[in-house]
Parts: sequence; structure tokens; C-alpha cells
Amino acid sequence: MAEVLVYVDHVDGAVRKPTLELLTLARRVGEPVAVALGAGAADTAARLAEHGAVKVLTHDASEYADYLVVPKVDALQAAVAQVSPAAVLVPSSAEGKEIAARLALRIGSGIITDAVDLEAGDDGLVATQSVFAASFTTKSRVAKGTPVITVKPNSAAVEAAPAAGTVEALAVTFSGQATGTKVTGRTARESTGRPELTEAAIVVSGGRGVNGAENFAIIEALADSLGAAVGASRAAVDAGWYPHTNQVGQTGKSVSPQLYIANGISGAIQHRAGMQTSKTIVAVNKDAEAPIFELVDFGVVGDLFDVVPQLTEEVKARKG
Amino acid sequence: MSLRIVVTVKYVPDATGDRHFADDLTVDRDDVDGLLSELDEYAVEQALQIAENSDDDVEVTVLTVGPEDAKDALRKALSMGADKAIHVEDDDLHGTDAIGTSLVLAKAIEKAGFDLVVSGMASTDGTMGVLPALLAERLGVPQVTLLSEVSVEGGTVRGRRDGDAASEQLEASLPAVVSVTDQSGEARYPSFKGIMAAKKKPVESWDLSDLDIEAEEVGLEGAWTKVEDAVARPARTAGTIVKDEGEGGKQLAAFLAERKFV
Ligand SMILES: Cc1cc2nc3c(=O)[nH]c(=O)nc-3n(C[C@H](O)[C@H](O)[C@H](O)COP(=O)(O)OP(=O)(O)OC[C@H]3O[C@@H](n4cnc5c(N)ncnc54)[C@H](O)[C@@H]3O)c2cc1C
Ligand SMILES: Nc1ncnc2c1ncn2[C@@H]1O[C@H](COP(=O)(O)O)[C@@H](O)[C@H]1O
Repeated sequence: MAEVLVYVDHVDGAVRKPTLELLTLARRVGEPVAVALGAGAADTAARLAEHGAVKVLTHDASEYADYLVVPKVDALQAAVAQVSPAAVLVPSSAEGKEIAARLALRIGSGIITDAVDLEAGDDGLVATQSVFAASFTTKSRVAKGTPVITVKPNSAAVEAAPAAGTVEALAVTFSGQATGTKVTGRTARESTGRPELTEAAIVVSGGRGVNGAENFAIIEALADSLGAAVGASRAAVDAGWYPHTNQVGQTGKSVSPQLYIANGISGAIQHRAGMQTSKTIVAVNKDAEAPIFELVDFGVVGDLFDVVPQLTEEVKARKG
Repeated sequence: MSLRIVVTVKYVPDATGDRHFADDLTVDRDDVDGLLSELDEYAVEQALQIAENSDDDVEVTVLTVGPEDAKDALRKALSMGADKAIHVEDDDLHGTDAIGTSLVLAKAIEKAGFDLVVSGMASTDGTMGVLPALLAERLGVPQVTLLSEVSVEGGTVRGRRDGDAASEQLEASLPAVVSVTDQSGEARYPSFKGIMAAKKKPVESWDLSDLDIEAEEVGLEGAWTKVEDAVARPARTAGTIVKDEGEGGKQLAAFLAERKFV
């Protein structure tokens, strides 16, 4: 059976959920071979094996943390040379897309970014994408070389499918470009204890209507009652009420949760671009004409300062 | 010393318009008004700030690959303050994919001569966010991308990249390719004087033969990816909308319970 390379996104050996989703997709078309790089690479193996990785190629070197992007491209290229895979799948983060693009160019292959689904077709892998702020769904395929495809979080269900997960050391020779961009400092983000925005099953967002940083406590309380991640519109971020890492939309995160709750958000095209593919959409807005209501499964026309706390209490009461 | 900055800017269909596909499954650029991609305004702005903060002799060139109308994007960038513009236009470019576009841009950047390339974080139509990395790969220079802060000093470019897990300080020697996000600072509005001055600034036009690129390497036929199908997403079925008369939160909770979220 053909092998499919899966690039592993992990933090010190803790595999992030989108990678496990890629293993599910990879199994549709072949046998997943995972590539894990950097500190803790080998620690990823057990979890990857549980989810179907037949092999885990690992390599650790200080270059992965000390220099931007290129060392990872060098390693992935070495893995492609070793495995001759049928496809290469990479999680669709900002860095993932950059790694994938440079790899594709080097190996003479076409690249598709931000796929939301993958299936085997007559002429090879077919990727589904959601474009123009999710107003169109396209099907594309790579016409030249080994398909390199980046896949968005929440594109497939994580499934357990035990496999060997044999760890093998990957031999990597860094290119001359590897040390071009030095990382001279790094400030890790503080964990909020809430689920990762792009991976969460439920996202509760606040916009300009929240009207102040201190009022985001209302949004966070609702999020916590549901075990949700917190998002924000660009208006709320630009006002300094919530961190940019939580921005949902074209220039923020793109989310596709089971449930999206928009509070005090008008629903501008750039915001919709990042949340329109959510399965169920709910909004609270005092303006009945707000465009967000065109998207909703359930909407409440009202003041969020009345509706949201009542909702939070009711959710808590129902959960007991 | 002199510093040559090339800013890559894209002419895109207006995101607030009715964007759609043409019959050959390429982005329809005829029926929808186009404009300079808003995210590339940030690139122009940062290039101008680098120029203003430099003691060197700095020249800012804006470069676009696109149809006839893409000149509008160049004019806008010139009216913001860029010095000159290059327009790569050729009928054979229709349908070019990201890899092909990176070839054309890289050849044009080399022909123009550069110390620093500044790009936007992503185009607002394709939203791939891969061109800057591809340009760095092709040009064989460092990529210092997705910066929310950037500065150039004595042949070194520095910047801050706010990633998912961490905020990173980056550093590379020139020549380099930089991309900036919309967190890098508001783009200036063209002044009346700027708009008048832009009319007299030089705009060069190059085609594929000027760049030694064969028609087969680009365009729809040369693309390494194929779009096979594009369908409008079905409109979401109209949902239930209630007016809050004191029970809105409870009604919403009941809906969430019915959908098994609580
Ligand atoms: C290139 C570009 C990229 C962009 N990227 C993004 C992006 O990634 N993400 C993003 O979100 N935006 C983005 N934008 C901005 C976008 O166009 C909108 O400006 C933004 O989404 C508006 O945010 P908002 O809905 O919170 O604010 P507004 O549009 O001002 O809406 C606020 C809403 O809150 C309601 N409201 C006010 N008070 C209350 C109350 N007490 N109770 C209930 N409702 C209330 C109002 O009725 C209104 O509908 C981008 C724009 C550009 C040009
Ligand atoms: N046709 C083009 N002409 C000039 N610059 C472009 C073009 N396409 C993309 N770019 C540049 O590359 C950046 C990223 O684009 P993309 O990878 O297409 O999302 C944009 O912000 C532009 O700076």
C-alpha cells in the first residue's frame, strides 16, 4: 500500500489534535508515516501509533527551534526522498503552509492549501476547499508531482486505529539556507486552560458590542460553562479588549467548530470568512438587521448584557 | 549606501462584492470591481516607513503580476508614496497558480534588483499565504515572514512574529523576503499631493519574454494544480430568530439543549 507522509505538529512531544485528524485522512488513501521533528519528537510515537501511524520518522536538532521554517523543510524533503510517498499532508497553520509550499517547490510538486476534506479520485487525491469567505466549495487536485496538501483543523474525526508506529531516525542534512533566519527570542503564550481556538468543538466570540475589555468576563463565563474556546472580532481586538491570537476571521484564525456563538458581532465578510463553515451558528445582537443573522440557526435579537448571563446561568443549571 | 525595496502587491476582486468563478474555473476578474489587496497596503506602508527611517538612499518599487486593470493597484501604491512601479502582464498568465506566480514574481524581482522584498501576509482572494515563502525559496534568501513589527538597520532586518504557541523575535541579513500582517500598523491614506504625484511616476510593463519565461511554465495549462469543480455553497437554511423579551437567554439554552450541546 502507498505511504502517505504526515507532518506532526507537536509541542515538546504532545501531539496537537489536527495532526491526529490528518492520520484519519491519510488512512483513506494509504499508510500513514509520520514525521516528527525537534525536542520531544520521539515522545510523539505512542500517540501517533494509536491513531494509525505505521512508522514515525524522528529527528532532533537545535536548528528546529533556533531558525525559522527552513530546517523543517530540509527534514521533510529528506523524508520524502526516503519514503517516496503518494502524498504529503501538513496541518494548515501559518507555519505549516510555509513549510508545505517550500517543500512542494523543491520536489517539483503542486500544492493545495486549507483543504477541508480529502478523498481518493480517479486521477489521484481530490481536495475539497472552501473559498471566497466560504461562499464556494471547490474540488482540486495536484496535477504534477507528489501532492502536497495542507489541511485545516476540524476537517476529519480523530479515530483510534492502532498501528505499529515504529520509530526510525531520519537522516537530515541541513541546507545552506537553514540558518538564514535566526530566532533571537521567544515568549511562549500563557495557557488560559481553555481549549485551543481552532480545535475547539464550541467557540464563544465577542465583538464590538461587548464594549470593553472588562466585559469579556461575560463571554468567558459563557465559554467556561460550555467548555468552549473564546474568540473575538477584529474590532474587539483592535480596541485592545482581547488578544490578537483569539481573533476569528480572514486575518485571524479560521474556525469550524460544532457550535459558534457570536455575541455583539455584526458579521462582516472578513469575520464570516473565518467562521462560516461552523456546523451550528448562534448569534446575540441587538440589531435585527445585522448580517450575522443571515447565517444563524438560532438568533436572539437583544442586549447581550441581558441575554448572555441568563444563557450562562441556564446552561449551568441544565448541566447541574 | 542604497537600499532597493520591492513590494509585491496584488490586484484582487473586492471581498464585499459578489466574488465568483469564470467558466474555466479561474477567479472571475471581469465582473467584480477590483482593488489593491487591503493586506498589501500594510506591505506598502511598512516599506515606506523603512524608507523614511533610513539614512540610506532608499528606492521603493511596487510590483504586480496581473491583468490590465492591475495598474489601479500600482497607482494606489504610488499615490501612497512608492517611487516607481512594474507591471507584469501577459495573456499567457491567465490561470497561473501559486507556484507559477512565484516564478514570475521571482524573475521580475531579480530583474528589478533588490535588497529587500516586502509582501502582504496573504492575498484576500486566494488567501494562501505562501507566496513570500516561495519567493524566499526561489531567490535563495532568508524569509522573515508574518511580522507584526519590522525594522531594517545596517544590512539586518529584524521583526516580531506572533505565532500560535509563541511570539518570536527574528533576525536575518539582507537581502531577504519579509511579509507583514495587518497588526503591523494602519496603512496611510494617499494625500491629494500623493495622488497627483503618482500620475507622473514611472510604470514599466514587462511580459513573459522580458523575463525569459516560456508560456508553458505558467497559465492554466502550466499550473501544477487543477480546480475541477466549484459550486456555490448552499445558502444556510433560515434559522429561528427570536426577540428577547426577558427570556432570550433561556430560549437559546433550550435550543442548545435540543441540539445536544448541553
Ligand atoms: C483586510 C481586512 C481583514 C479583516 N480581517 C478581519 C478578521 O480577521 N476578523 C474580523 O472579525 N474582522 C476582520 N476585518 C474587519 C471587519 O471588516 C469588521 O470591521 C469587523 O469584523 C467588525 O467587528 P464587529 O462585528 O465586532 O463590530 P461591528 O461591525 O461594529 O458590529 C458590532 C455589533 O454589535 C452589536 N451590538 C452592540 N452593542 C450590543 C449589545 N449591547 N448587545 C448586543 N449586540 C450589540 C451591534 O448591533 C453590531 O451589529 C477585516 C477587515 C479588513 C479590511
Ligand atoms: N499576482 C501577484 N502580484 C504581486 N504580488 C502578489 C501576487 N500574488 C500574491 N502576491 C504577494 O504575495 C502575498 C501573499 O499572497 P498569497 O500567497 O497568494 O496569499 C500577497 O500579499 C502579495 O504581497
